[in-house]
Amino acid sequence: MPLLPDLSQACLPPTQPSAVRASNPGATLIDAFLSASAAGIIELLSPNAPGWGGTLLVGLLHSIEIALGATCLGLLIGTCGAYGKLYGGPVVRDLLVVYTTIVRAVPELVLILLLYYAGTDLINQALTAMGYQRVDISGLAAGIAVLGFVQGAYSTEVIRGAILAIPQGQIEAARAYGMSPGLLLRRITLPAMLPFAIPGLANLWLIATKDTALLAVVGFYELALATRQAAGVTKAYFTFFFAAGVLYLLLSLFSNLLIGRVEAWSRRGMPSLKEAR
Amino acid sequence: MANEAAIINVVARTSLWLQPHRIVLILIALGLVLSAAFFMRWDWLPQYYEMGLIGIWRSLWILAVTCILGFLLAVPLGLAQATGSFWFAAPAKVFCTVIRGTPLLIQLWLLYYGLGSLFPQYPWIRGSWMWPYLRQAWPYGVLALTLSFAGYEGEVMRGAFAGVPKGQLEAARAFGMSRWKAFRRIWLPQAIYRALPTLTGETVLQLKSTPLVATISVIDIFAVSSKVRQDTYLTYEPLLLLALIYMTITGILVFAFGRIEARIPNKIG
Repeated sequence: MPLLPDLSQACLPPTQPSAVRASNPGATLIDAFLSASAAGIIELLSPNAPGWGGTLLVGLLHSIEIALGATCLGLLIGTCGAYGKLYGGPVVRDLLVVYTTIVRAVPELVLILLLYYAGTDLINQALTAMGYQRVDISGLAAGIAVLGFVQGAYSTEVIRGAILAIPQGQIEAARAYGMSPGLLLRRITLPAMLPFAIPGLANLWLIATKDTALLAVVGFYELALATRQAAGVTKAYFTFFFAAGVLYLLLSLFSNLLIGRVEAWSRRGMPSLKEAR
Repeated sequence: MANEAAIINVVARTSLWLQPHRIVLILIALGLVLSAAFFMRWDWLPQYYEMGLIGIWRSLWILAVTCILGFLLAVPLGLAQATGSFWFAAPAKVFCTVIRGTPLLIQLWLLYYGLGSLFPQYPWIRGSWMWPYLRQAWPYGVLALTLSFAGYEGEVMRGAFAGVPKGQLEAARAFGMSRWKAFRRIWLPQAIYRALPTLTGETVLQLKSTPLVATISVIDIFAVSSKVRQDTYLTYEPLLLLALIYMTITGILVFAFGRIEARIPNKIG
């Protein structure tokens, strides 16, 4: 079990040799922190070899990959789930209710552990049963699968609500034109539900980017784990976790910008949000 | 007569809910639970259940303290964003954005490992009365979870404060209430009524965030299950039980908040 090693001894020793020991009791934390390490921080965070900036950026890239994959998988599961909940038979509906309820009631951290172990176990057992060798599942694929499964439960609810918000007449009109269910989905339901679903799905994307940090606990290499390694080696815990926070924040703010554009695009032809209120 | 009608009503609703396919599904679920009970190993339970109870208690305690403190912090945050001048609104807005834009795990590690590694360098901190607390892990966990709850709930409270109709406040002023009294009697209660449905969701989200404190060596129920897994080399049993425990707590929370919500007049605004 790769639960993080207990660093409490490492980080709070009774006597820590320090470069920035402030002799006068009046000096504030911030003062000493800034004066001692302004040059040091830049060196630590530089993207080239002695610095750890490159490691962080690679971690960020992995985080974004996992978040993108998980959101796409979640959207797929969510669309199928929403259709199942709305139009499926009684058994499918009940099973989907069980799925969304359980996934939304259990902490992501527990689900990630459970799905990761259960998933790799099942795949390997199936492979050995069919006479193949056991495989090591790549962290990226496992992370995407696990987070996608979790995201699927949330996006099922979001998309179900959005489909219900489409004026019923539009769907009836499409049926009256003789559209097949596939064409109806592609031409009417998906585009018409998008403006209602975008705010919820955008929220889910932001949650996905932040949930990738949880994968550090099971040992996937992404931004949080990269930061931990860098901080552990250099002992500059504050600098690196602060830098990681800034990276995550920039990712969120940049996503918000894009989401605003996408929302405006999906609402084209509709009254703007300000007028609607 | 009324009693009979009520009983018939309940029976009718139960029979509507208990359709044949549901009976089959329930039987399958029962079969799964029973096979898990019989074919999996549970012999470690007597040895660890006391530790588990302490862990559950600690998780619930952290949940309650951080939710209450976080809410107390969220009220001024929401108020500052809803009505404050720029100099109050901007810092509150920045705080909420930063908290909501970064993962809780990073905030937790920044506080515990980051601040925790800076503190010991200062003799005046090590000499102060706070030092015995600052050497432990739980204050950092409580602080991080409180700030996180305040950040998310502050945004909700902003909407709730802004959503109370102006007329209500004007009427309160016309009755001669002071600003503080109008806030206490009119504005705050109505804002809380509005925020209550989201408060349920936020509290459940907060419950689901509490296992993160196990990564900074606070022994909550998640850490207990990790210890069981390390000691016994079992993978699934402790995790499944852990999931069941969290689901039970979530269920109780949702039920309790539902009862509170049902007591609140639903025609507002």
